[in-house]
Amino acid sequence: MASLKDLRNRISSVKATQKITKAMQMVAAAKLRRAQTAAEAARPYAERMETVLANLANALSGQEEGPRLMVGTGNDQTHLLVVCTAERGLCGGFNSSIVKLARDHTNRLLADGKTVKIICVGKKGYDQLRRQFAEHIIELIELRDAKTVGLPEADRVAQRVLGMFDAGEFDVATLFFSEFKTVISQIPTAQQIIPAQIPEDAPSMEEQLGGAIYDYEPEESEILASLLPLNLTTQILKALLENAASEQGARMSAMDNATRNAGDMIDRLSLEYNRSRQAQITTELIEIISGAEAL
Amino acid sequence: MADKFKFELVSPERLLVSDEVEEVQVPGAEGEMTILAGHQPILATLKPGLLDIAYGGGKEARYFVRGGFAEVNAAGLTLLAETAIDLETMEAGVIAQAIKDAEEDVADATDGEKRDTAQIQLEHLRQVQAALNL
Repeated sequence: MASLKDLRNRISSVKATQKITKAMQMVAAAKLRRAQTAAEAARPYAERMETVLANLANALSGQEEGPRLMVGTGNDQTHLLVVCTAERGLCGGFNSSIVKLARDHTNRLLADGKTVKIICVGKKGYDQLRRQFAEHIIELIELRDAKTVGLPEADRVAQRVLGMFDAGEFDVATLFFSEFKTVISQIPTAQQIIPAQIPEDAPSMEEQLGGAIYDYEPEESEILASLLPLNLTTQILKALLENAASEQGARMSAMDNATRNAGDMIDRLSLEYNRSRQAQITTELIEIISGAEAL
Repeated sequence: MADKFKFELVSPERLLVSDEVEEVQVPGAEGEMTILAGHQPILATLKPGLLDIAYGGGKEARYFVRGGFAEVNAAGLTLLAETAIDLETMEAGVIAQAIKDAEEDVADATDGEKRDTAQIQLEHLRQVQAALNL
């Protein structure tokens, strides 16, 4: 049985851990609020972009030749996976669930005989994927130096992806991130970004306008061509912001659990400590009394 | 007094302006446009330039916008800009830096087409700088 001193040490060490997890939870809560606001603030732009794009695509759908970013290369041999994860751990299953989704996807593609290339955004995903797919990972983009993710970071990723696409290094690109639903529920998501997927159910502009016709300046196809790269950046930005919010949410609930666990442990250890202390006192008393009786 | 219409300025990071305005000058890629209430529906890309907003009653605002597009429909004008900075709060170095970047783009461009686009960007930025007397 552990001595009293051992128990005291255990209790104080668990208490110290609890303080840390408690502090991390509070920090995550504060950061979560900020990340959530950022994600919400970015939403109008992404939504607008989507509607406009959908309408342009519909207007142009009759034509054979669309921009390559939208119709694709006509091939699906080489797949690029952009896996967005966090830079830090200690956030429950957040990183693992994204990596798991990406891993399943990769295995399926490899089984189909496709070529897979992976870009990791965020170090944690890289650490996990490297074990199995080291030869497929072509780049790790770290966002550690950025205090908050924003347009510059999203643009960096987008430019890299576009550069590769222009060089014909892949045919289909898929983005992996975690969608922020609520603080306790984050859904790992795979979204195809190249060729761009246009939502079909978007209300058409004609409906919105009651039949009015748009002037385009410059031409529709030119606008579309300049919008598609922009859309890619927007989608990546959206993914990064959602990820940031999800990460903090996951960390918050993980740390909340840890704090509660530490509390339970302290209770259990204190009980044991008190019991053995009492047992020791009783033993001492018995020794004194029996010593006195012997006289 | 002129009629007012709904105007929204949105950047990827946030909604900057959402207000009733009288007149907005938009730096369209094919020329400056002045949008008033009841304008014909239009979809236009932007060049780097200055966006002038007249809220009416003498209240005005000026933004430096870069990249993106403007959409006018019956509901009003929506401007989606990649970068949008209020001139009141803009630091003097921003445009100079943008010009420097653009110059590098021109120098780095590998083929003719890319050089042309970069060159056009650079020209626009220089015009902005001249307009602001920086």
